[in-house]
Amino acid sequence: MKKILVIGNGMVGYKFCEKLVASEKYTDYKLIVFGEEPRRAYDRVHLSEYYDGKTAEDLSMSSATWYEENNIDLHVSEMITEINRDAKTVANHRGDTYTYDYLVLATGSSAFVPPIPGVEKDGVFVYRTIEDLEATQAYAKKLKADGKLEAAVLGGGLLGLEAANAVKNLGLNAHVVEFAPRLMPRQLDEGASNTLQAKIESLGLKVHLSKQTDFIQGTKAIEGLQYVDGTELKVDMLVVSAGIRPRDEVARECGLEVGTRGGILVDNTMKTSDPNIFAIGECALLNSMIYGLVAPGYDMAEIAVQQIIGDVDAAMPEYIDMSTQLKLIGTEVASFGDALNDAKVDLDEITYVNKRNGVYKKINVTKDGKKLLGGILVGDSSDYNSLFQIYSNGMKLPEDPEDLILGSRGGEGGSLLGDVMDLPDDAQICSCESVSKGQICNAIESGEANDLGDVVTCTKAGTGCGGCKPMVKDLVDATLKSLGRVVKDNVCEHFEYNRQELYDIIQVKGHKTFNEVLDNHGNGGDGCELCKPLVASLMATIHADTANKEYAIQDSNDRFLANIQRNGTYSVVPRIAGGELTAQNLIDLGEIGKKYDLYTKITGGARIDFFGATLNQLPLIWKELIDKGFESGHAYGKSLRTVKSCVGSTWCRYGMDESITFAIELENRYRGMRSPHKIKGGVSGCIRECAEARGKDFGLIAVDGGWNLYVGGNGGATPRHAELLAEQIDNATVIQYLDRYLMYYMRTAKPLQRTAAWQDRLEGGMQHLKEVIIDDKLGIVADLEKEMETLVNKFECEWKQAIEDPEMMKRFNHFVNSDADDDNIVFVPLRDQKMPKKWDA
Amino acid sequence: MEQILNMYKSTAIEDVTVWFKAAKVSDFPKDGGACIKYKEKQIAVFNFERKNEWYACQNVCPHKMEMVLSRGMIGDHNGTPKVACPLHKKTFSLENGENLNGDLEAIATYPVKIEGDDVYVGFSE
Repeated sequence: MKKILVIGNGMVGYKFCEKLVASEKYTDYKLIVFGEEPRRAYDRVHLSEYYDGKTAEDLSMSSATWYEENNIDLHVSEMITEINRDAKTVANHRGDTYTYDYLVLATGSSAFVPPIPGVEKDGVFVYRTIEDLEATQAYAKKLKADGKLEAAVLGGGLLGLEAANAVKNLGLNAHVVEFAPRLMPRQLDEGASNTLQAKIESLGLKVHLSKQTDFIQGTKAIEGLQYVDGTELKVDMLVVSAGIRPRDEVARECGLEVGTRGGILVDNTMKTSDPNIFAIGECALLNSMIYGLVAPGYDMAEIAVQQIIGDVDAAMPEYIDMSTQLKLIGTEVASFGDALNDAKVDLDEITYVNKRNGVYKKINVTKDGKKLLGGILVGDSSDYNSLFQIYSNGMKLPEDPEDLILGSRGGEGGSLLGDVMDLPDDAQICSCESVSKGQICNAIESGEANDLGDVVTCTKAGTGCGGCKPMVKDLVDATLKSLGRVVKDNVCEHFEYNRQELYDIIQVKGHKTFNEVLDNHGNGGDGCELCKPLVASLMATIHADTANKEYAIQDSNDRFLANIQRNGTYSVVPRIAGGELTAQNLIDLGEIGKKYDLYTKITGGARIDFFGATLNQLPLIWKELIDKGFESGHAYGKSLRTVKSCVGSTWCRYGMDESITFAIELENRYRGMRSPHKIKGGVSGCIRECAEARGKDFGLIAVDGGWNLYVGGNGGATPRHAELLAEQIDNATVIQYLDRYLMYYMRTAKPLQRTAAWQDRLEGGMQHLKEVIIDDKLGIVADLEKEMETLVNKFECEWKQAIEDPEMMKRFNHFVNSDADDDNIVFVPLRDQKMPKKWDA
Repeated sequence: MEQILNMYKSTAIEDVTVWFKAAKVSDFPKDGGACIKYKEKQIAVFNFERKNEWYACQNVCPHKMEMVLSRGMIGDHNGTPKVACPLHKKTFSLENGENLNGDLEAIATYPVKIEGDDVYVGFSE
């Protein structure tokens, strides 16, 4: 078994491991990985999302157990300081040595800090690792507490703008300081830079061009930038993002060849001057270039793997594509091919500028108008995928090449590419993971994959930057169609329909019972535990039926209007809207809990939960609760649970608005409403977000000038933050948008799909959602509002309904032929209360 | 645990020695079930009204040994009548008690007959 040591656990180092593990020869090797950071490799491309609330774990490239599962020894917080090429060993900072057969250097790069006097002062940071971000964040917090808000970013390139956005998101006034006369001088031409600049200035960032910093002002901490031209900029923080430097120290010291301006010299097989040592990613100097993008880094990892496992012909292509598409400060920016005419050939430039919308598009085409050489898109990069395919596959251009950026005027429109299936099989669709059209189509044709999700899993297409996802989906759909396969997500064996189709059928035909639906539209049979609760939920949404009407088709909990627990007893949760209750309410609840000897706990949604009620006890308990003025909390339903609140301006000295009052109003508005899955809400009175509203399906945060409305948040197995739907809107508008949003979700989601997953799968994503909810693109908001109004008006407490009707009460007996209780139930004591005895296995 | 399961043995209709008059037809929900008590036994009885058929089985789910099957949803899988346990949705054939979506032990089933308004469950003891 040969030993491979990987030095560096960044994105490219990780990718090397992933690719080696996936190779069939992996069993011949032992992998040991060293990372100097304290954590597993994470996604540095999306680093700024750390400030949007993503955790280090969210950004991680792999699960916590991945290395162990694949028999890789991962050493974190361990820096390799020495390579002994003769002995084939490396040593770490503590002096421990390790032997190797192959050594892979994936040491990456560090932020380049220009030697400006004063860079050592407090308040000067770089933007590279999670630790950098944490330090910046902590300093920003301190500054804000002192009322200091000005912060500069040195460098107006790609990373600099990322950093500026992060600084802005920290609540500071961000200034971008660039030495060149335009932003992103290496990727954009002047027109594109101007468009980008106008766009980001409109978002409140300040841009200072052609500024060379002479020194940094201040005694201990930074107080400002002194420019060479005599002017100055007063700031209290500086993030340096002036480029990267390859980390080649350890290679240099052991005598490997390095470039004069840094970088470990490699040939196109990724071998260094020592054939047993490879260098990949941003530390490698290939073709006299450092490739600072992730896609070429991944390709290098692939070549190194191939070389090590014995494919001596594997090599990097002569031309390495640096096309990229990204979102900078909310602005789409893309460039592909030879965008700046570096080749200095005689070509035609076609430019489209729309200052009103902040859109700039340029393409370079050959003089004969037959080939696309490159281009730049700012403000709208929706055509990037198509243009990139036309460019990289050398496809024929339309008669009027300007149609490529202007659209075909007067024609039938349609995609620039025509049919995605016309692309050659070797067309690279996902450049991050090097997945070709052929691989995507083949995954389906071979039967390995049946839908988009499968294709992504088995080819990894779309798992990098995600920009190719729309095209991957088109290819999957077209391939399935060409095989005569209709993609259906039928609810179960009893219906040839998905949830949305059943929704439409029931609404149009006006069916009132499960049997009517099954008899008229089913495949025969008696239904099952999948379609029954689904139809029950649809009936509730369409006809405002409560769970009492057809209780035998309800899911376990809805059937008895309570949550079944481990031993077949139930828990009881009355509604405590917004979490507000009086001392008398608490006493009443306490008396009832004591009387029935119920285990009592506060729920995660700030309500009171009683456990251990037998079926027979449920109506007795509810009668007492209703007599004391409580109503069902619907904790058992796929329905609105709680709208959590902080105390807001009612009590809090920081509160901007009355969050409790609004939470109560919203909870009472949507109570009892059945939906594809449970729904939770939150209302916070200020950006401190004490109600954790962004973790809810809908969340409101009071800001200056109204409420910010967030949607699609989720705790659960896949936590995620809600996304901003609308800003600074008043109470009435919040309700209007929420009515529409929730009803649209209830109409179109899959069974048991939470809002977060639904939103993820919505074609067009948030943009689509905004167009439907706010701009009424589909012309349905009037219907959505009307349907919601009906649900709101028809609300009835189903527990009140149940205890007042002897027929409905019959179900709450454990035996139909005896008043006895289930004698199988055994409780054991627990901290002054009780719990069900443990399960045997 | 063994003790509880030993109480329930599938009974074929030809082995029935006692037809126990359990309850009225109207005591059971349409296309749903309820639990009856026979001596020390808990038996789940299901009314497939759509097909005018009745089934009975032990009320205890062999997965976690809780007395809950009568509260489960009923339906069919490729024509085989079944019940889904309300706790973890383990499904069992009501014809032969087989676990349809796993490899749990089969549950015991019992014959049911209807005379007039009365529901009878057959036992061999």
